[in-house]
Amino acid sequence: MSNISIEFENISKQYRLGTIGTGTLTHDLNRWWHLMRGKEDPYLKVGEVNDRSIKATSDYVWALKDISFSVEQGEVLGIIGKNGAGKSTLLKILSRVTSPTTGSIKAKGRIASLLEVGTGFHSELTGRENIYMNGAILGMTRREIVSKFDEIVDFSGIEKYIDTPVKRYSSGMTVRLGFAVAAHLEPEILVVDEVLAVGDAEFQKKAIGKMKDVSQGGGRTVLFVSHNMTAVKSLCTKGLLLENGISTYSGSIDSTINRYIAGTRDSLRITNNVNQHIKTSEDNLVLEEIYISTNNEHGVLYIDEAFECCFKIDFKERIDNFNLSLSFCDEVGATVFVTTTAVVSCERGEKLFKCNIPANLLNTNLYSLILLLVKNSSQVLTRVDNALFFEMHEKGREGTYFEKFGGGIRPLLKWEII
Amino acid sequence: MNTAKDDDWDIVIKPKEKGIHLHLKEVWRYKDLLYLYVKRDFISTYKQTILGPLWFFIQPIFSTLIFTLVFGGIAQISTDGLPPMLFYMAGVLCWNYFTDCLSRSSGTFMGNAGVFSKVYFPRLVVPIAGLVSAVLKMFIQLLLFFSIYIYFLFQGSPIGVNSYVLLFPLLITMMAGIGFGIGIIISSVTIKYRDLNILFSFAIGLMMYITPVIYPLSAIPAKYGALKWVIQLNPLSSIFEAFRFGMLGTGNLSWGGLLYSSIFTVVVVLIGIVTFNKVERRFVDIV
Repeated sequence: MSNISIEFENISKQYRLGTIGTGTLTHDLNRWWHLMRGKEDPYLKVGEVNDRSIKATSDYVWALKDISFSVEQGEVLGIIGKNGAGKSTLLKILSRVTSPTTGSIKAKGRIASLLEVGTGFHSELTGRENIYMNGAILGMTRREIVSKFDEIVDFSGIEKYIDTPVKRYSSGMTVRLGFAVAAHLEPEILVVDEVLAVGDAEFQKKAIGKMKDVSQGGGRTVLFVSHNMTAVKSLCTKGLLLENGISTYSGSIDSTINRYIAGTRDSLRITNNVNQHIKTSEDNLVLEEIYISTNNEHGVLYIDEAFECCFKIDFKERIDNFNLSLSFCDEVGATVFVTTTAVVSCERGEKLFKCNIPANLLNTNLYSLILLLVKNSSQVLTRVDNALFFEMHEKGREGTYFEKFGGGIRPLLKWEII
Repeated sequence: MNTAKDDDWDIVIKPKEKGIHLHLKEVWRYKDLLYLYVKRDFISTYKQTILGPLWFFIQPIFSTLIFTLVFGGIAQISTDGLPPMLFYMAGVLCWNYFTDCLSRSSGTFMGNAGVFSKVYFPRLVVPIAGLVSAVLKMFIQLLLFFSIYIYFLFQGSPIGVNSYVLLFPLLITMMAGIGFGIGIIISSVTIKYRDLNILFSFAIGLMMYITPVIYPLSAIPAKYGALKWVIQLNPLSSIFEAFRFGMLGTGNLSWGGLLYSSIFTVVVVLIGIVTFNKVERRFVDIV
C-alpha cells in the first residue's frame, strides 16, 4: 500500500509584474474575450522563467513551473532555494492561500500552515483572547485550544501579560505568543515557512526544539522552508531544491543542501580566473589571477590527487615583510585550517604564489578560501573572502558503505595492527 | 507510483473549481472561529471607550433625534400619522442594519487581506460572522426601539403590532441577503480597481434617499410618478414598508413588492456567491 501524503502534479503559478493600472484592464478584457470564445488564455503562453536578477521582457512571470513531486507520510521535507525561487509560493498554494495557475495538489489529512507568526492578532484584544482567535484561524477547535491553553501560555513565557492587550506587547512578546499557538497545532500535514527566526536566542532554541518534536513524533508530514541550513539539516529527512521556479533536484537532505550550496556559488564562482582585478586600498598591488592547477584533464579535484592553488600578484612597488595566508573553510563557513607563507619581501613586478595541496588531506567537501595579505604581522593589505571555491570528489570506494565520511579533512594515516 | 482516484484524497487543490462551492461543511467545522469573529467584533468595537456598549444606543438615538428635527420638524414630511420618533427610528434601525450587512460583506476581502494571504480557512466565515454581528446589533437596538414603543403606547398613540410582524425574520433575512450580495459584488470589483470604492461609498449614501427611511411611500405626491417608480424598483422599499406595517400598524404593505424583493434577494445572493467563489481564489494575487 502506498502511503503518499501529498502529491504535486505539474504545479505552475503565473504572476503579473508591475502595478495594476489601465494596462491591466485591457489585458482583463482581452482575456475575457478569449475565454468567451472558448479559446485559451492568451497570457498563459507568455511569461518567462523567474530569475529576479534579469530584466523582464514580458509582463508575466512563472513563479513556479511544472513542479511535480510527492511526499510520503511522516517525511520531513526541506524546501530550499534562493530568495524568489518560489518556495513560499509553493507553500502558499499548498496552504490554499492562493491557487495554482495550472496543475493540482492532492493531500491526505488536515493541512495547517504556518506562513507567518501571529496571523490575525488583533491589537485591541488581550493575549488570552488572541490565543483563542489565532488558534481558531489556524484551524483548532475551541475544545482543542482550551485543553492546550496552559501549555501555550507556558511555552510563550509571557504569563504575566496574558490579560493585557497585544498592542502593549513588545514585538518579541508578540512573536513568542504567535509561535506558541502555532507550535501546538496537531494536523496531519504541517507547512512551515521561515518562522523559526523569531524571538531571542533562548526562544529560538526552544522553537527549534519544538519543531523537532512536532516533526519527529507521530508520523506527521512536514514541509519546511528555511534559509538556516543547520536547521534544515537537523530537522528534515528529504530535500527539494527550487531554482527560479523550477524544481532542479530532490533527494536526501544532505545532497540537496550540497547541491544548493554549489549552485549559489556557481554565480560567483572563481575556479580558474579572476576577471576583475582585485586591488588593495593603497593601490600598491593587484591580485591578477586566482586559479587551481591540476595535472588531470577533466579538471575535477579528487581527494587522492594533489593540486595547487595559485595566486598571481602584480606588485606596483616593493613591499617588505608581508605574508600571504589562506583559510580553508567548509560549507557553513567554519575554518578547517589555515596555512601561511613565510614572511617575505617582494620587488616590483609579477609574482606567482603556489600553495601545494597534497593528496589525501582534504575531505569530500565544498571548500572556500579566504585570502589574506598581511604586512608586518599586523596590517591587512588585502582580504578576499571566497577567493576560490572548489569541491572535492571521491573516486569510488570499496566495500558497501557509500555515505560521506564526516569531518573537514580526511588525511590518510598510517595504521598498525599488531 | 500511486494512482489513486480523487476521492481517496482529503484535499484536492486545482486551479479552477466548476460550479458553486460554499464549503458549508467546512464552515461548520470552523464554527468556533465564526463565534470568535462575532465576539471580537463586539469586544473590539467599544474597547477603550467609557460608555462602552451604550454606544449601540446612542448612535440610533441621535440619528432619530436629528431626523425628527430636520425632516419631521423643519421639512414637515408626513409620517403616516405615526409618532415621528418611532417612525424614524424604525427607518434608522433598518437602514443601519442594511448598511452594516453591506459594509461587512464588501469589506470581507480588503479588511482581511493580511490574514487571507497567510492562512487558509473557509473565507465565507468572515461575511457570515459579519452578518451575525449585524443581526445581533440589530436585536440590541430593537430593545431601544421597544422601550420607546412602550412609551408611546402609554401615551395613547395609534400604534399596534399586527400579525404581519411575523414577517420580521423574513425581512431581516432579505436585507442581509441583499446586503451580502451587493457587498460581495462591490468588493469583487473594488479589490482590483479601487476607483469604484469612491463611487460606491457615496452611492450607498444616496441610496438612502430612494429608500423609505425618512418618508413613507404614501407621502410621495402623485405628480412625481417617475420618482415613485424608482423607489418601488428599489428592493429595500417594500421591506422597509412591511417592517413598519408589521411593527407600527400603518404603512404600505405590498405583496407584489415583497415578492419582487424576494426574487431580487435570491438572484443577488446567487450572484454574490458565484462572485465570492471566484474572488476568494484569485484575491490574494490581485489585492
